[in-house]
Amino acid sequence: MAEGLTWNVYDANTMTQADIYGEVLCRLGEKYDRIVGLSADLAKSTKIGKFAEKYPNRFFNAGVAEQNMFGMAAGLALSGLMPVVSTMAVFTTMRAGEQVRTDICYQNLDVKIIATHGGISFGQAGTTHQCTEDIAIMRSMANMTVIVPADGIECANAVIACIEHPGPVYIRIGRGFEPTCYEDDRYGFQIGKAVEINPGTDLTLICCGITVLQAREAARILEKTDGLSVRVINMHTLKPLDTETVVKAIDETRRIITFEDHNIYGGLGSAVSEAIAESGKACAFTRVGLPDCYSLVGYPEDLYNYYKLDADGIVEKVREVMGKDFEEDESWEDGF
Amino acid sequence: MPLSEQEISVFRQQAKQLRLDILDVTFWAGGAHIGGALSIVEILVLLYYKYLSIDPKNPEKEDRDRFILSKGHSGVGLAALLARKGFFDFELLKDFNKFNSPFGMHLDKNKVPGLDASTGSLGHGLPIAVGLALGARLQGKQWKTYCLLGDGECNEGSIWEAAMAASHYKLTNLITIVDRNKYSVDGNTEDVMALEPFADKWRSFGFIVKEVNGHNWMEVSQAIEEALSETKAPVLILAHTIKGKGVDFMEDDVRWHYGGLDSDMLAKAKQYVANSVDE
Repeated sequence: MAEGLTWNVYDANTMTQADIYGEVLCRLGEKYDRIVGLSADLAKSTKIGKFAEKYPNRFFNAGVAEQNMFGMAAGLALSGLMPVVSTMAVFTTMRAGEQVRTDICYQNLDVKIIATHGGISFGQAGTTHQCTEDIAIMRSMANMTVIVPADGIECANAVIACIEHPGPVYIRIGRGFEPTCYEDDRYGFQIGKAVEINPGTDLTLICCGITVLQAREAARILEKTDGLSVRVINMHTLKPLDTETVVKAIDETRRIITFEDHNIYGGLGSAVSEAIAESGKACAFTRVGLPDCYSLVGYPEDLYNYYKLDADGIVEKVREVMGKDFEEDESWEDGF
Repeated sequence: MPLSEQEISVFRQQAKQLRLDILDVTFWAGGAHIGGALSIVEILVLLYYKYLSIDPKNPEKEDRDRFILSKGHSGVGLAALLARKGFFDFELLKDFNKFNSPFGMHLDKNKVPGLDASTGSLGHGLPIAVGLALGARLQGKQWKTYCLLGDGECNEGSIWEAAMAASHYKLTNLITIVDRNKYSVDGNTEDVMALEPFADKWRSFGFIVKEVNGHNWMEVSQAIEEALSETKAPVLILAHTIKGKGVDFMEDDVRWHYGGLDSDMLAKAKQYVANSVDE
C-alpha cells in the first residue's frame, strides 16, 4: 500500500481498470521505446505512476498544469515520440480542452490520452471531479478516436490497440469499482467494432463502460423472469461508431435502449440516435444516462442505482419500453 | 562571434524584402496582423538566415532546428519568409486567406512546408516548445528549439505553466524570445493587463533574461549566441521592439494590430520601407 493512501482508496484500487492500464503500459514500454508518460501531479491516482517508476527517464510530471502538459505532449509527439498522457477526465477534456483540440487533434498527433475518473465513478468527490461531458466533447474533435472500455481486460486491449492506431486516441476509464466483464482478453477487441455480449431478438441494450456488465446481468434477469430475449452490445468505441451493428439491431430487434455513465446529451445515446436517424429505419429508442444534471454525491454503486444505470434500473427501463404498445398501432414496414 | 559588416548588410536587405513582402501579402489577403509581423522582422531574419539549421528541400529533416511561432497571428511574416527561403513558391501567397488556400492568417503545419507547429491560439507555443526540447534531450538529439512569444500572450496562464516546466527541467536547448512591442489588441499591454516588471517575472521563474533592442542585429545576435552556449538555465531574450516597425504610419499605433491596405496605402508603405535606413 502506497504511503499516504487511505484504506478506502487502496481497496478501491486493488483491481481497477487504472491498475491494469498501468501494468499494461509498463509492458508496452519495453517493446515501444517511443512511449513517454505524462501526468499532472496525478501519476499515482491514474496509475501511470507505475510506468514512471519503471522508466523514470521517460516520464514527465507537469505538475498541476494540464494546459502545459497537453502542449508538452504535442511537442513531444512532434519530436518523434509517442506520449501517453493521464489525468482525470474532467481536467483532460475541459481544463485542457483547447490544447487537446488545437495542439493535438488539429495537428493529428500520435498522442494517447488515458483519462481516468470518468463519469460519476468518483462520485464521492462531487461535481468538480466527476465528468459526464467528456464523450460529447471528444466526439466532436476531428481526428480523435474515442474508446470507453467495459472493464480492466478491455482497458488492456484498448491500450494495446491504441499504440498501434495512428493519431490521437482518447480512452476513458473509471476510478475503480469496475468488476470484470470479460473472462480473458481473447474476444476479438478491435477499435471501431462493437461486441455482442448477449444474443437477443426482442430488444437491444447498447452500452459502454460500467453499464455493459450491468446490462448483461439485466438481460439474464429479464430472460428468466419475463421470458425476454435481450441483445446486449458493448459499444466500446464511441468514435468511429459501429453503425452496422446499430442498423442490424434495428432490423432484428426493433427496440434500442442506450445506457451510459454520461449526460444523455452528446454521448453514447446521441451517437446511436444519430446512426438510427441516418439509417432511415423506424425503431423504438430511449437513452438512459445522467438526465442533464450534475450527479449527487455518493459512492458510485449508490449513484448507479439512483440513476438507474445498474441491472435493476436497466430491467425497469426495459419493461417500460416493452410495455409500450406502439407495435400494435404502427406498421414496421416503412418502405425502406 | 559578432556579426560582420557584410552579414549585417545582407540581413538588412533581407529585412527590407521581408517588410515589403509582408505589405504585399497583407494587401493580397485583404488584411492581416501586420503590426506584430513587422515588429519581429529582424528576429525572423536572424533566425532563418543565420541560426536555424533547416533544409527547404527537406522540410521534415529529422535533425533540423525547430521554430515555434507562439504568436501565431504573425503568420503573414513567417509565411513570406518561408517562401523566400524556398520552402514553397512565393506566388502561392497571392491566395493568402482565400478559399481553400494552404495559408490562413494562423498557419497550419499540415499545410505549410517548413512549419514546425500549427499555432494561433495564444499561450500554446511555449508548452509545445517545452515538449520539443524535452523530446530532443530524451532522444539525445542536438537540435535546438526556438520559440517566439508575443508579449500580450504572456497574459495566458499556460505561458507561465510552461515557464515553470522549462525551468524545472533546465531546458537549455530551448531559446525563448519575447517580442516586447508593448501592444495587444485592446491597447498598451500595461493598460490592458500589466506585465511589468516583466523581466523580473521571467527571472523569478528561473530564466536567465537578456534584454535587447529587437531591431538591433548585434544585440539580438549576441543574445542568441549567449543563449546557445548557456548550460545552467533556460534563457529568455526580451526583445524590445516597435509594433509596425518600418512603416511610419503604423509604428506604435495599436490600430495596426490587424489591418488591411488599399493600393494607395500599400504604395506609401512600400516607399517608406524602401527608403528607410535601419540600425
